[in-house]
Amino acid sequence: MNVLHYISSFFSDSSHWHGYDGIPTRLREHIQYSLIALAIAAAIGLPVGLLTGHTGRGGNTVAFVATAGRALPSFGLLVLMFVLLGLGLTPVMIPLVVLAVPPILVTTYEAVRTVDPSPVDAARGMGMAESRVLFQVELPVALPLILSGLRSAAIQIVSTATIAAYVSLGGLGRYIVDGLYQRNYEKVVGGASLVAILALVTLGFFWAVARFTVSPGVRRRAL
Amino acid sequence: MSAGLFDIPSDLQNTYWGLVVQHLREALIPVVVGLVVALPVAQLCVRLRWLYPPVLWVTTILYAIPSLAFFVVLIDYTGQTETTVMIPLGVYSLVVFVPAIVDGVRSVPQETLDAATAMGLGPVRRYFQVQLPIAAPAIIAGLRVATVSSISLVSVGMLIGNQGGLGNLLNDGMIYHQNRLVWLSVIGTAVLAILADALLVLVRLLVTPWMPRGSRKPRPVDEPEPVTAVLEDAVR
Repeated sequence: MNVLHYISSFFSDSSHWHGYDGIPTRLREHIQYSLIALAIAAAIGLPVGLLTGHTGRGGNTVAFVATAGRALPSFGLLVLMFVLLGLGLTPVMIPLVVLAVPPILVTTYEAVRTVDPSPVDAARGMGMAESRVLFQVELPVALPLILSGLRSAAIQIVSTATIAAYVSLGGLGRYIVDGLYQRNYEKVVGGASLVAILALVTLGFFWAVARFTVSPGVRRRAL
Repeated sequence: MSAGLFDIPSDLQNTYWGLVVQHLREALIPVVVGLVVALPVAQLCVRLRWLYPPVLWVTTILYAIPSLAFFVVLIDYTGQTETTVMIPLGVYSLVVFVPAIVDGVRSVPQETLDAATAMGLGPVRRYFQVQLPIAAPAIIAGLRVATVSSISLVSVGMLIGNQGGLGNLLNDGMIYHQNRLVWLSVIGTAVLAILADALLVLVRLLVTPWMPRGSRKPRPVDEPEPVTAVLEDAVR
C-alpha cells in the first residue's frame, strides 16, 4: 500500500463525487474562500503598493508591514480569530487577508519603485499626467513582478484555506482534518492531493495570465 | 483559577519552555540542512547555466505544495513524528535558498573573480573567500525569509499528532476554551520569529562590515532590497 494506491482508491470511490461532502462541493467552497480573500487583499495591497511605489515614499512602513505579516503565524492567527469571533466566514477571512496583503503590497511597491527611471522621465517630458505615467508606463513594466506577488499571495491563501477546515469550515481541508480524526488515511491523502493540484493549477493560471498580459518587450528583458 | 501565565495543560506533557525548544528545533534544523544542501546545488546552477531554469521550475512547483498536504503524505513513510514536520520545512528552505544564493554568487563582478585568480587563489579558496562573502547579504536575506516562515509553519505540525511546538497550545486552547493558551501560542511564535529575524540582521551587519549601515545612507541603491522583493515572491 503506497500513497499512489490510496490516491487512486480515493478518487475511484463514487461516493466521493456527490453530496455536501463531495469533491465538487468542497472544491467550489475552497475556490470561493480563496477568491474572496484574494480580492480583498488585492483591493488593499495593489492601490497602496502602486501609490507608495510611484511616489517612492512610505518604504519603511511597507517593510514593517512585510516583516509583521511574515512573523505572524497563519495557523495561530486562524485559531485566535476563531476563538475570539466564533464560527463564520469573517474569522477565516481576517487571517487569510492579513497573510496575503504583505506579499502583494511589498512586491507591488518594489516593482513600481525599481522601474527604470529613464522611460518614466521620458513620459513626464512628453507631458503625461502622473496618473498616466503610473498606468501606461510604470504599471506595464512592473507587471511581471506585481503578478508574481499576486501569485505568491494566491498560493499562500490556497494552502492556508486548507487549514481553515480545522476551525469547522468547509473546503478541501475537510478531507485532511476529518480523515486524520477518523484514521482514514485514504481520505487524508486524497484531500492532500486535491489541495496540491489546486495549488499547482493556481501556479499555472498566473503563468498563463503573465503570458497574455505582459508586453513582449518587457517579457524578453525580464528573462 | 490560580494558574500562572505560562502554565499549560498536563495533556501536552511538556512545559511552555519545552514547547519553545521543540518549536525552535523543528524550525531551525530544516533551515540549516536546507542551506547546506542549497550551497552545492546553487554552485552547480552557477557553473551550468542551462541547469538553472529547470531547477527554478522544480523549486517553484515544490514551493506551491501546501504544508499540510506535504505533512500528511509523509505520515505514511515517517509517521506522526518531528521528522515529518522537518522534511517539508527543509524543502521549503532549500527552495528559498537556491535562487538567493545563485543571484548572490552571480552578482560578483567578473573583474573581482579575475583579480582573485590573478592573486593565486584556487577555485575553492576563491569560492569561500571571495564569492561567498560578497554573496552574503543575498544569502542572509534568504535565511531571514526561510527562518521566519519556517518558525511560522511549525505550528501546523500540531495537526499531525501534536508535533507543532507552540502550535500544540492551539488545540488545547480550543477544546478547553482557554483563549490564554491561544494567545500564548500566537504571541510566542511571533516573538520567536521576530527575534530570529533581528539576530540575522545583526549577523549580516557583522559579516559584511563593508556595507553601508545606519539610517543616513547616501543613496540606498546598493541595498539588497530588489533581492528581498524577489524573495517575497517565495514567501508563503
